[in-house]
Amino acid sequence: MSRTYVGMPAFPRAAAQATGDATLRANLRRATHTIRARRAQAVAELTDWEELRAAAAAIKDRTLRHLDHYLTRLEENVTRAGGTVHWAADADEANRIVTGLVRATGESEVVKVKSMTTQETGLNTALEKAGIRAYETDLAELIVQLADDLPSHILVPAIHRGRGEIRDIFRDRMGDWGRPAPEGLTDRPADLAEAARLHLREKFLAAKVGISGANFLVAETGTAVVVESEGNGRMCLTLPETLISVVGIEKVVPAWRDLEVFLQLLPRSSTAERMNPYTSLWTGTTDDDGPRAFHLVLLDNGRTDALADHVGRQALRCIRCSACLNVCPVYERAGGHAYGSPYPGPIGAILTPQLRGPASALEESLPFASTLCGACYEVCPVAIDIPEVLLHLRERVAEGGEVTVRGVRTRVRPAKRRSVERAAMGAAGWTFDHPWALRRAQRLAGRARRLRPRRLPGPLGAWTDSRELPEVPAESFRDWWSRTRGNAG
Amino acid sequence: MRVGLFVTCVNDTLHPGTGRAVVTLLERLGVRVGFPAEQSCCGQPLYNTGYRRRTEPLLLRHAAAFRGYDHVVTPSASCAAMVREHYPRIAARAAADGRSGREAAALAEATASVVPRTYELTEFLVDVLGVVDVGAYFPHTVTYHPTCHGLRALRLGDRPRRLLEHVRGLELRELAGAEECCGFGGTFAVKNAAVSAAMGADKARAVRDTGARAVCAVDNSCLLHIGGTLARAGSHVRPLHLAEILASTDGRVP
Amino acid sequence: MSGGTSRERVLGRVRRALADVPRYERPHDHLVPRDYRLAHGTRTPAEAAALLAANLTDYRAVVHRTEAAGLPALVARLLGRRGARRVVVPPGLPDDCLAKELLAAAAVEVVGDSPALTARALDGVDSVVTGCALAIAETGTVVLDAGPGQGRRALTLVPDHHVCVVRVPDQVVDSVPQALARLAPHRPLTWISGPSATSDIELDRVEGVHGPRTLEVVLVEGSGPR
Repeated sequence: MSRTYVGMPAFPRAAAQATGDATLRANLRRATHTIRARRAQAVAELTDWEELRAAAAAIKDRTLRHLDHYLTRLEENVTRAGGTVHWAADADEANRIVTGLVRATGESEVVKVKSMTTQETGLNTALEKAGIRAYETDLAELIVQLADDLPSHILVPAIHRGRGEIRDIFRDRMGDWGRPAPEGLTDRPADLAEAARLHLREKFLAAKVGISGANFLVAETGTAVVVESEGNGRMCLTLPETLISVVGIEKVVPAWRDLEVFLQLLPRSSTAERMNPYTSLWTGTTDDDGPRAFHLVLLDNGRTDALADHVGRQALRCIRCSACLNVCPVYERAGGHAYGSPYPGPIGAILTPQLRGPASALEESLPFASTLCGACYEVCPVAIDIPEVLLHLRERVAEGGEVTVRGVRTRVRPAKRRSVERAAMGAAGWTFDHPWALRRAQRLAGRARRLRPRRLPGPLGAWTDSRELPEVPAESFRDWWSRTRGNAG
Repeated sequence: MRVGLFVTCVNDTLHPGTGRAVVTLLERLGVRVGFPAEQSCCGQPLYNTGYRRRTEPLLLRHAAAFRGYDHVVTPSASCAAMVREHYPRIAARAAADGRSGREAAALAEATASVVPRTYELTEFLVDVLGVVDVGAYFPHTVTYHPTCHGLRALRLGDRPRRLLEHVRGLELRELAGAEECCGFGGTFAVKNAAVSAAMGADKARAVRDTGARAVCAVDNSCLLHIGGTLARAGSHVRPLHLAEILASTDGRVP
Repeated sequence: MSGGTSRERVLGRVRRALADVPRYERPHDHLVPRDYRLAHGTRTPAEAAALLAANLTDYRAVVHRTEAAGLPALVARLLGRRGARRVVVPPGLPDDCLAKELLAAAAVEVVGDSPALTARALDGVDSVVTGCALAIAETGTVVLDAGPGQGRRALTLVPDHHVCVVRVPDQVVDSVPQALARLAPHRPLTWISGPSATSDIELDRVEGVHGPRTLEVVLVEGSGPR
C-alpha cells in the first residue's frame, strides 16, 4: 500500500523532528548547496534572464486571465490531432477516469513518468485498489516507491536519501517488484543508475499503457511537452500503445512561440543545465510512431479556487522547477515531508493551502513556514512573489476573509487555534497606537530588567530554548531623547 | 535639511544605543535630526503575522508622525522595507476590498506621503549625503551579515560594505554563507522555533569561524537572534549595529 | 469522452474565478514584453558549429567532424570501434547510399525500419544511425522530428548507442527561439542534449540511464542542402 499525505501533523512539529535528524540534514544540505551554485552559474550565462523572466510571468498571467479561452482551444486542437480530452474537477474524478481508461485496455500494469499531478491525486493508490500495478520509472520515484516512502522534493523526490541508503533500498526491495539488483551493488551513482536501467528495461519493453504528466500544453497547436533527463519519459511516451497524461489546467501556454521562453528558463532553474537531456513534444497521435491512443486528463482539483484569489493566483504560474526549494533555508532544515504534500518548500507553502483550502492545522501552518527571507522570489523563473502570497495567506488564517472552496465562494472565520495570538496582537496594536502606553511598558520592563529570566514561560519559551534574552536597557531611546533634548521633535 | 529619525520600536525599547549612534553620526555629518515622539511601531510584527487590518492605524500614525520632515531615516532595513514595500500594498488592498472611500483614501495619502521620503540609514548616507567615509575609527575585526530585507527587499548592495571599508582601523572578515537568512523571521522564531534555532546555529557558527570580534548588520532584530544564539553558545562575539561602528571615533566597542 | 458535466463545471469555475478580468479584455490585451534576445550573440556559421560541438561535449556527447566524403568511413569506424553488429539506419540518411557504403565498409548488419521492428526487437540492436531536423548551438541540442533519415522515435531510444549526423552549417541554429521557429509543431519532436542522465542521487549529475548511454554527434561539413 503506498503511503499518503493524509493526516500529516502541522508544519512546526514535523519540521522540528526533521531538524533533529542528522543524516537527513546532511543529505539535504549537500544536495541543495550543490545545485544552488550550479543554478547560479547556469543563469548567469544568459544576459537576458530578467527579460525572459518578465516574459514568462506575463505569458502565464495572460493565460490565467483567459484560461477558459485557452483550455477550449487546447481541447479543440488536441481532439483534431487525434487525442481525447477528459475533464476532472477533483482528484477522485481524475483517478476514476484514468482507472477506467486503463481497464478499457485490458491491462493490469502501467508504466509511469514522474508526474506531480498524479502524486497530488494519489493515483497509484487508486490504481492499486482497482488491481492495477503502476511502476514508477523516474529514478527518484523508483527509490521512493521501492522504499514505500513519500517524495520530498519536486525534482528529486528522494533528495532525503543518500547514496548508501539508495543502495540498500535497491538491494532489499528491487526483487519484490521485478528484476533484483545486481549482485554486489555498490553505492556509486553510476552503478545505482545502471541497476535502475536493468530493473526497468523489462517493464518498458512490455508496457502497453503509459501514464505521464506534462510540463506544458500549447493551446494553439494542441502540443504536449515533457522535459526530462533519464529517458524514462521517452520510454513511457513512445513505447506503449496507450498514453494517458494527467495535467493541471494551469499548464497551458497560449502559443508555440511561448515555448522559447520556458524551454530556456526551466532547465537552467531546475537542473542547472543549458538544456535537459531529453524533451519530448507530441501533438495528438502520429501514424506508425508512438501510442495509437492519447488521452489528456485536465485536472482542476483546487486550481480554480486559487485562480479566484487575486493575490494567490500567481502561484499558478509555477512551472515546478524547484529552484525555490533549493535556495530555501527553511526547506534545507525541515525537509520536504514536513510540508505534508507533494509540493514542498516555498511553493508548497503557498500552493497546498490554496489547492486544499483551509482544511486542517497543516494547511493553516504552512503560510508561517517561512522567515520571508525572499530567496525564493529572487530565483523564481516566473517571478512568483512567494513572500507576498505567504503574507496574504497568513492574513486569511489570522483575520479570516473570502475564499473559494471547490468553486464556492465563502467567508472563513479567523482560525480557532489563534485566540491567544490574536489577543496579544490586539494588545500590541493598541499599545503601539498609544505611545504613552508604549513608554509605560518600556519603563516597566526597564525597572524589571534585573529579573531577566533564562527561560520565558508559555509560547515565548521557544525563544529562550536556544537563545539568550537581550538585556533590557535602563532607559529607552525616547526617554533618553526627552531627557537630553527635551521635546525638540 | 530636516531628518526625522524613525528609530523603530525594537531599537527604542531594546537598543537605544543604536538610536543614539544614529543621532551622533548624522549630527557629525551636519544633519539636523529630529525625533517625533508620536512615532511608534511601523506595524511589521502585526502585518507579518497576518493582521493586516490591525496594521492600518499604525500606518496612519507613522505617516502623521513624520509629516514635515524632508527625510525619514531608520537604522532598520526590515522596517524601511515594511514602509516602502508593504505600505503601498496595504493601501491598495484597502481600496480593492471596497472599503469606504475616506478610509482607503487616507491610507493611500499617508502612504504616498511617507514612502518616497523613507531611507534605510546606509541608503541615506551613500545616496542622499553622498558619503562613504563618515570619519569613523574602529580598530577591531568585524564581520558583516547582510540581512534579508537589506539584501533582497531594499537591495542595499554594497553600500554597507563601502561604509565599513572606509572605517579606519577596521578589519572586515568575510562571512561564509552571508546571504543566507539567520532564521529570525519575527514570529517565525517562536512559531517554528526548531528550524529558526537550526538556522541561527549555522549562522552563529559561520560568524565564529570568521574569528571576528564583532558581527554587524543593518537590523537589530536579526542581531537579537544571532547574538542571543552566540551568547547561549558561550561566544564572546559582540553583535553590533552598523550605526554604532560608524558613530565610533574613539575606537571603543560600545 | 467522459464527463461533459465536469467540463462545464471546471470551465464555469474558471469563469467565475475570473470575474475581476474586464469583459472587454481580449487575451492579447494583456501584454507580453518580449525584450529577451532571440539569440545570445552573433556568430559565423563556423563559430556556431564550434559552440554546438563544445556544448555537446560539455554534456558528455562525443563529437566528430568530417567532410561529406568522409562520412561513411567515419560512421563505419565509430560502429566498428563500438563492436556494433546490428545497426538500424532509417531510410533517407543523410544521403541514401550511406547504408550501402556502411554495409561495404563495416562488418555490420544494417536493419531497416519496419513495423516488425518492435521495441523488444530494437533492444537487440546495437546502434542506430540517424540524421536530425536541426541542432541548437547555444544549448548543445540535436532535434529529431521523425523526418527523413530519423525514423520513429523508438529507433533512437531503445538501442544503447546513437550516432546522429548534423549537416553543417545549414542544420545548425544559434538558439532555442530560432529552433522553435523552424520546427513543425504537429510532428513528434525529440530534443536531445547529450546522453541520458540523472541528477536524482544527491543532485549530482550522472550520465547514462534509460536512453542511449552513448551519443555520438557527427558534424558533416560541405554537404550542402539536399
